[in-house]
Amino acid sequence: MTAIPLQLPRRLLEFTLDGEPTRVPEGATILDACRAAGKDIPTLCEGDTLTPKNACRVCVVEVEGARTLAPACSRRAEAGMKVLTDSERARTSRKVVLELLASSTDLSTTPRAAEWIKEYEAKPDRFGPDAARVNETPKIDNDLYVRDLDKCILCYKCVDACGEQWQNTFAISVAGRGFDARISTEHAVALPESACVYCGNCIEVCPTGALSFKSEFDMREAGTWDESAQTETTTICAYCGVGCNLTLHVQENEIVKVTSPHDNPVTHGNLCIKGRFGYQHAQQR
Amino acid sequence: MDLHFGDSAPTDEERAAVDSLLGPATSAWEGAENRSDADLRWARGGREARERRDLLLPGLHAVNDRVGWISEGALAYLCRRLTVPPAEAYGVATFYAMFALKPRPAKVLHVCTDLACAAKGSAQVCADLEERVGAPGAAAEGFAWQSSPCLGLCERAPAALVLQAGTPYDTVPAQRDPRLRDVGASARATGQDRPDEGPDDGGTTPVRADPAANGAVVRPLRPVVDGATAEPAPRRQAFAVVAPATADALVDAATAPEDAPDEPSAALAVPQAGQEGLILLRRVGVVDPYSIDDYRSHGGYTALRTAFDIGPAGVIREVTDAGLLGRGGAAFPTGRKWQATASQPDRPHYLVCNADESEPGTFKDRVIMEGDPFALIEAMTIAGYATGAHVGYLYLRGEYPRALRRLENALTQARLRGFLGDDVLGQGYAFDIEIRRGAGAYICGEETALFNSIEGFRGEPRSKPPFPVEKGLFGKPTAANNVETLINVLPILTMGAEAYAAIGTENSTGPKLFCVSGNVERPGIYELPFGATLGDLLDLAGTPTDIRAILLGGAAGGFVRPDERDIPLTFEGTRAAGTTLGSGVILVMDDTVGLPRTLLRIAEFFRDESCGQCVPCRVGTVRQEEALHRIKDRTGAEASNDIALLREVGQTMRDASICGLGQTAWNAVESAIDRLGAYK
Repeated sequence: MTAIPLQLPRRLLEFTLDGEPTRVPEGATILDACRAAGKDIPTLCEGDTLTPKNACRVCVVEVEGARTLAPACSRRAEAGMKVLTDSERARTSRKVVLELLASSTDLSTTPRAAEWIKEYEAKPDRFGPDAARVNETPKIDNDLYVRDLDKCILCYKCVDACGEQWQNTFAISVAGRGFDARISTEHAVALPESACVYCGNCIEVCPTGALSFKSEFDMREAGTWDESAQTETTTICAYCGVGCNLTLHVQENEIVKVTSPHDNPVTHGNLCIKGRFGYQHAQQR
Repeated sequence: MDLHFGDSAPTDEERAAVDSLLGPATSAWEGAENRSDADLRWARGGREARERRDLLLPGLHAVNDRVGWISEGALAYLCRRLTVPPAEAYGVATFYAMFALKPRPAKVLHVCTDLACAAKGSAQVCADLEERVGAPGAAAEGFAWQSSPCLGLCERAPAALVLQAGTPYDTVPAQRDPRLRDVGASARATGQDRPDEGPDDGGTTPVRADPAANGAVVRPLRPVVDGATAEPAPRRQAFAVVAPATADALVDAATAPEDAPDEPSAALAVPQAGQEGLILLRRVGVVDPYSIDDYRSHGGYTALRTAFDIGPAGVIREVTDAGLLGRGGAAFPTGRKWQATASQPDRPHYLVCNADESEPGTFKDRVIMEGDPFALIEAMTIAGYATGAHVGYLYLRGEYPRALRRLENALTQARLRGFLGDDVLGQGYAFDIEIRRGAGAYICGEETALFNSIEGFRGEPRSKPPFPVEKGLFGKPTAANNVETLINVLPILTMGAEAYAAIGTENSTGPKLFCVSGNVERPGIYELPFGATLGDLLDLAGTPTDIRAILLGGAAGGFVRPDERDIPLTFEGTRAAGTTLGSGVILVMDDTVGLPRTLLRIAEFFRDESCGQCVPCRVGTVRQEEALHRIKDRTGAEASNDIALLREVGQTMRDASICGLGQTAWNAVESAIDRLGAYK
């Protein structure tokens, strides 16, 4: 189910990517060019349905002549630019960024984090046993989803999805400053007292598993979460006439979580509380 | 947007504080206490209210200034008035160090423990204070004290600032009789040669809680009516600066800030005051900072007339030909910035004066604003005229209450005399200035963070491109300049670009202000033409023989050795010497504090001030502080592992951070290791 939106043809511009001449449509980012060329750049705060905050800095690349490295996810390609994606300088920065993240937060549920740490030979332990960590305990204040801020890397994706980029609910924001900054509701009240509408669109975009379905959280705690035993079935939500697509994740004949295809031209992976969490009736047997 | 405001209600005092800024609520939709029939029929708020988002920061100030902290009810009421989601407003309020979201006493004592004050014994002051009144943060004797980053009072180190929350004033300072002021001041003057405005420090001067009310859209302040005014003497808003500080003086000032001794004249910070040949400082200590007439009789407003004679393009040409480079630290050509802004087709254009002077060791902008405030107003008018802006924002550091009052007075007088307003000097050019007050965030000195702060968002830097000249404040073309850069425009226009460019060196033209502090005999602001060497400046300030290190450019700058006296103090000269001029800080240190302790303080500073947006800076500054803490008593091989770690993290911060804070946070420590041989 892929729809390719029609748009005006865009002019191509040419630049050099790792020594190879590359042509990309005007407005494309360096990351777009890298992906088109089959290069694998790590990303965390970038998401296919959001404008990246470019806060994680794990995708940095070297642009010849620039004083600093550039975030591939946000920097647009310019004609004549010379970009090095795999230079010593870029690799060192990515390695240190991974070390800084892994030494302060729990990346155990971040897809590919372990693979990148190995690839870049990052050693998060080098900061010693006393290195400060985020040290948060999971916030379980409702029946639908859990906020485990110990796994949060402050990528701002949930804030953007909750606020101006998708949901317009503005239930959460970044509060505090520096290392003490946390994603928070006003005065850190529990979710049921906040403006949250439980659309779960923040869970959809969370890159680390800091936000998860209560069902997934409980199963992980119990050790029964097994992604290899899950099937994914995309269907249409039965609640209203919009026709949002749902992807049901089923393990042992139970729906364990619901996502939505990001390339759906109507919803872009977003759902409401009914589509996201209202699946219990389907398993009343 | 379906906002959820919760159930907490504001107290009468909090409501009055917000209403003094925004006017009373007109409907229940924006928080009026009684719901009218009309409220049931029409919804209010929406886009019109949301467009006032930039009043969020002034609103937080209004509450904090009045009550001393921001309660849930006060925040909810402010959010209702401005249609701001409470979670976002909470995120903004918690971003700034000067706001508290937990109850605290109305009086807060900020004791500077930064570099210059540490060199002058702030550790002892804090220890004495802790013995007398207890640990920082705890409320005792009616006030709470806390350590603070640099307060910009380095010439009188160790320094402290007392801020007392209370009822604001409504009187316009300009309308006060100057004779009365002199009488009041001399009655309590304590031996300084020029009686300064005593009353404002003593709390009898009118204070306006609302910096935004100075703006182009003047929102009249009305006398605040609430229960407290029935009391005979409500607690008034006041501040006191104690410098040099002792624990006893601090306790006295914090107990009764209204009765604290007056702050000495700004001229005391200028050892050269009154000397022949000064260009930027010639009026500081000479003119009455409260009098526009005195300013004009000392050459004020001649540059603006010249500007009107030669037109906007002429001003930009003169500034470009003069070779003026930005004095905020980045040394960008001002003429190019103005040209780029002026030529943008998008309207409106904005002018922003960056007076968020927070680099440790920097206090030049404060001295200018306190000693010659009209010069800044005139320079901003010229800059606005050149770049096609009709509104200028002056983003002033929250820790500068005296500068705030003088600038407010200067704006009022300039408006009364037609130097600001719809028709400046009858030339058909409309321009006005709004003061916006920061609230304790070093990062807001970064121009894009400053824009976010003015707009009512968290002061987090934006990524560039796009640059401010294209998309700046409110997404519009914006010229952002430092205070010192702007006041250089006045001599450029009065003496001509050629004569100005003849001062200094080929690539660094004009005069430069230097902030000399630490272990010198005569600390203060010095004005020298570019090209003078470090040695020349140190001779002027008088240095002891046992100097250990000199910090150039502040915490984001670099250390040099005492024997490097030949370094020319120019942009190119310091660059060639592998260091930086930065904001013009020259901080001289002997061995009393010790280099490792100083470096640790720098690392603490950046850890505290990192906004937390990008990973290299948010976590990197923490890891650097930890490493410096580990090696504070180590040398040689024992420290080498941690130094390697510092280098690698430092390089990543420099390469991969979003903004200049993270990119420069490691500079000073690196220079101390490489140049001074720290930890050897």
